[in-house]
Amino acid sequence: MSISFRAGVVSVLILAIFLVAWHIATSGTGAVQQMDPEYAKLMGLNATQGKSAMPGPLQVGATLWQHLTNPFYDNGPNDKGLGIQLAYSIARVGAGYLLAVLVAIPLGFLIGMSQLMSRALDPFIQVLKPISPLAWMPLALYTIKDSSLSAIFVIFICSVWPMLINTAFGVATVRKEWLNVARTLEVGSLKRAFTVILPAAAPTILTGMRISIGIAWLVIVAAEMLVGGTGIGYFVWNEWNNLSITNVINAILVIGIVGMVLDQILARAAKLVTYPE
Amino acid sequence: MTDKLISIEAIAKRYPAPGGGETTVFENLWLAIARGEFVCMIGHSGCGKTTVLNILAGLDTPSEGVVIVDNQAIEGPALDRAVIFQSHALLPWRTVLGNVAYAVGAKHKKWSKTKIKEHAEKFIALVGLKGAEYKRPSELSGGMKQRVGIARALSLEPKMLLMDEPFSALDALTRGTLQDEVRRICLSTGQTVFMITHDVDEAIYLADKIVLMTNGPEAQIAEIVENPLPKERERNQIHKHADYYAVRNHLIDFLVSRSRTFKEEMAGKSWDPMNVPLVRPVASPPSAPEPLRKRA
Repeated sequence: MSISFRAGVVSVLILAIFLVAWHIATSGTGAVQQMDPEYAKLMGLNATQGKSAMPGPLQVGATLWQHLTNPFYDNGPNDKGLGIQLAYSIARVGAGYLLAVLVAIPLGFLIGMSQLMSRALDPFIQVLKPISPLAWMPLALYTIKDSSLSAIFVIFICSVWPMLINTAFGVATVRKEWLNVARTLEVGSLKRAFTVILPAAAPTILTGMRISIGIAWLVIVAAEMLVGGTGIGYFVWNEWNNLSITNVINAILVIGIVGMVLDQILARAAKLVTYPE
Repeated sequence: MTDKLISIEAIAKRYPAPGGGETTVFENLWLAIARGEFVCMIGHSGCGKTTVLNILAGLDTPSEGVVIVDNQAIEGPALDRAVIFQSHALLPWRTVLGNVAYAVGAKHKKWSKTKIKEHAEKFIALVGLKGAEYKRPSELSGGMKQRVGIARALSLEPKMLLMDEPFSALDALTRGTLQDEVRRICLSTGQTVFMITHDVDEAIYLADKIVLMTNGPEAQIAEIVENPLPKERERNQIHKHADYYAVRNHLIDFLVSRSRTFKEEMAGKSWDPMNVPLVRPVASPPSAPEPLRKRA
């Protein structure tokens, strides 16, 4: 049996054990308190019947099925399908991330190729890089005055640094002999950038882009919790206010899966540009 | 010299020394290379051989002096001087054909894709890599990679071929085959070559002239050795030639001791760096063989 098959079997086993343990942990009944029936009406089932407020796997699975079969319904601002909320989040991440690509890669090329610019911009990068992207939120809301655009800006600012730093590093460390080949062939600087430096630095640039998409997806949830209105982050917060732990768990699961898909897309892209030496 | 292709005139290379001042790698270096000549440069590490080659290639600039190619001072790299790098320097994301075609396309910007491809394929076949056109460098052995490097340089049909220890990273067997092929190609096309090597036998097999450099810093060209062996030579026969050991011993003597003590050797004598001695070591006339000692 191949190692991947055996690993798959173990994975399924771990999942099964987890689901069973979860089911057992949430199906038991606790102590039931005696109370006034009027008061009991106000309390949840966990107080009156000793049921756990934490949903079991079957409950979560059932609501997940509902979400999956009807992901795009829209019953007003506070009740939209999971698909719609995800689409909002992905669109925001996509817009902010694309802006970051457009800024980080040319700027990274500049920093990587010019020692002067590298040293001149270094203090700014060093100071701006460690700032939590959410710290920009008030400033963004004040200047942009649009909550959705502010979220895009926060995505931009958090995904720009890994791409910028990796691009600069990749460009600066292109093997000297490859550049010498281009020089002895009298290749112009623009053509050299596209035919030697870009392919040589592409794996490093893609690594930066992969780190960035991961961070962007982490940040969007927090940003949408603050900004509100739409998006998967808002959905989580809204369901918490509704005390629907089931929906919160569903959202967590979906966030994880989308994050994994985004990461895998970038991993595939990185594989395409990687060259064995 | 009749048809001078390259003329190195009074070049020097200095670097700022760590404790202030300057380190002179070499200075007042003069060398002329005729069209169609195969010139090897031999010397120990640190004598600035690679710097001389890089200056010829235009990848480095001399601190003083000029290099003239075909009556024009060089100002940077140019397609008429092709370089074969020690580490082959192939672009790993391109195929064999892609690497050679990249060079061809850089030289002939107006050629069509098919013409570039045909030209590249011709030179890939010339170095014996027919059938490997669509392989990537990572799928090739060290010798095959260097063949691609040679094909890339030759496809430019340069005035001058510059080689920086092109075979030093290869095993002895591959090195031998590649030397044979480089020799065959360069002889048949009358290619002018400047090559750096550490390998005395390689120099004797390939070169018309061998330039000897003293140890750095402040290295000099001590002398130029004219290869006494006939132009038509075979690898497995040259050691039987009468002059073979004369030239070989001369080179070894230089590398072992004279490269170190050359300055003392020249002390008091007139020394003209513009006109270094041209020597031609030949076998001394045969002396009467010593009688063999009888076995006890």
